Amino acid sequence: MARLIRRLGRRVGRMVEELGRLAEFTGHIVTVTMRPPLRIREFVDEVFKTGVLSILIIGISGMAVGMVLGLQGYTTLVRFGAENSLGAVVGLSLIREMGPVLTALLTTGRAGSAITAEIGAMKATEQLDGLRMMAVDPVDYVIRPKAWAMVVSMPLLSALFIVTGIAGGYVVGVDLMGIDSGTFLSSLENAVDFRDDVAGSIIKSVIFGTLVGLISTYRGYTAAPTSAGVSAATTSTVVIGSVSVLIFDYFITALWGV
Amino acid sequence: MNSQPIPDSDAHVRLDRVEMAYGNRPVLRGVSCAFPTGAISVVLGGSGSGKSTILKLIGGLLRAQAGRVLVGQRDITSLKESQLYQVRRRLGMMFQNGALLDSLSVLENLAFPLREHSHLSREEIQARVHERLFAVGLQDVDDLMPRELSGGMVKRVALARALMQDPEILLVDEPFSGLDPLSTKLIEALLVRINRTLGMTMIVVSHHIPSTMRMADHVVLLLPGCVVQGVPSTLRDSEDVRVRRFLTEDTDTSDQILAHTQDFEAGEHKPQRRGGA
Ligand SMILES: Nc1ncnc2c1ncn2[C@@H]1O[C@H](COP(=O)(O)OP(=O)(O)O)[C@@H](O)[C@H]1O
Ligand SMILES: [Mg+2]
Repeated sequence: MARLIRRLGRRVGRMVEELGRLAEFTGHIVTVTMRPPLRIREFVDEVFKTGVLSILIIGISGMAVGMVLGLQGYTTLVRFGAENSLGAVVGLSLIREMGPVLTALLTTGRAGSAITAEIGAMKATEQLDGLRMMAVDPVDYVIRPKAWAMVVSMPLLSALFIVTGIAGGYVVGVDLMGIDSGTFLSSLENAVDFRDDVAGSIIKSVIFGTLVGLISTYRGYTAAPTSAGVSAATTSTVVIGSVSVLIFDYFITALWGV
Repeated sequence: MNSQPIPDSDAHVRLDRVEMAYGNRPVLRGVSCAFPTGAISVVLGGSGSGKSTILKLIGGLLRAQAGRVLVGQRDITSLKESQLYQVRRRLGMMFQNGALLDSLSVLENLAFPLREHSHLSREEIQARVHERLFAVGLQDVDDLMPRELSGGMVKRVALARALMQDPEILLVDEPFSGLDPLSTKLIEALLVRINRTLGMTMIVVSHHIPSTMRMADHVVLLLPGCVVQGVPSTLRDSEDVRVRRFLTEDTDTSDQILAHTQDFEAGEHKPQRRGGA
């Protein structure tokens, strides 16, 4: 028992230490961000890689989730004779929860892992040390554009997920189940509050973007400079990224009611 | 230690009783050595003797656990990372495997330090890049990506990149490893010419004894447990058997055999053009 507690204590200690280093890393990114040059070109490249290249997977997933929501929502609502509220149910669940959370999970798997692997490989091949020797801070040149691209892409991808999701719900509710199109849309329109739901959704996905951006760059930057090290770091990004998105989701919802 | 000391005033870079360990495995134990200004110094030692570690300490990429590392007259061991970036502007480093940015073309790789640190125009930068590429004997490689280069070409591009900002001190890690005998000779001649024309302090790390002994003005020998330094001729006639044995070891032949097999595996020496045009 005592040994168990001691082991647990050591583990918690290491976690706190790691959080401290992550905070330091975050501070470093903020510091270099406030320094010129702006690195627009690198930033745009990264937005392309994390954002644009994720459009297809996000669009298809959004559509599929929206259709499932339409189907499940309809079969539940019809029992209470409330199928006219399907628009509200589909819209609200997508905007408040499904959109930001599922987008964050998908983006962690697709773009977060890629960021970690790329930075880790650059470290293993001494490209980061090469930058240092050219008097260029790798956190400035490599990390900063990737982290910010994640922060910016996440809300945009989440919006895409929500829009395609609502379209999917509409197809199932209106075209398949025969709900009146006007009824579906007005139920959606009346239920969604801009300040509470839409702004909250955007804030959520910006927080998730920050979280995933930080975790994926940090894991790559601190990866052991070997093939196995890079592989472990990539796995860890997906696991820690996904779990912390889910945990943060609970706390944001509980604290801010989004 | 039976080595000739170098007066403080002549040393451009100096290690003073440096202790360096990775985790709890010591690599350098109280190593002291000096690298004279404007000369080609060569660090010789077996694999894993800590040669690359010494270069990384000089570049501030690693921090010594004890002792001082003096670059110019400045002790860099106590500098903050932001201050180290000031020191590094005067250093150029050629990494063992090139460390070229693999998402950038050769031209972009060489232009990179100038884009970051100078106000030169695009045309001026390009002219400088071509000048440096010519100096290392390369032409028409602007648009190649690092993965399309042969081993010898990677070394030469990496050398050109290290020279882009006219460094006062050039650090070169294993310039001959993995090269065929002809490329080895070429790089050796290149390094000597660069030192004679540009006059910078050069610190070359290698385990290729013949080439390094030919080009060296000053030799630092990392033997297990001690460091011996001096001019090549006196070291060859050293009374210390370990020194003589190390310097006459027939590593040249085995290196050549190694280089040949690697060359075979690498296949055709010419780079392939992108796009097939
Ligand atoms: N990052 C590192 N972590 C742990 N051990 C290392 C690291 N880098 C080098 N070493 C070890 O330190 C010793 C010296 O390394 P190095 O300076 O690269 O030797 P050399 O360049 O002379 O071959 C080697 O035994 C190597 O395994
Ligand atoms: Mg080495």
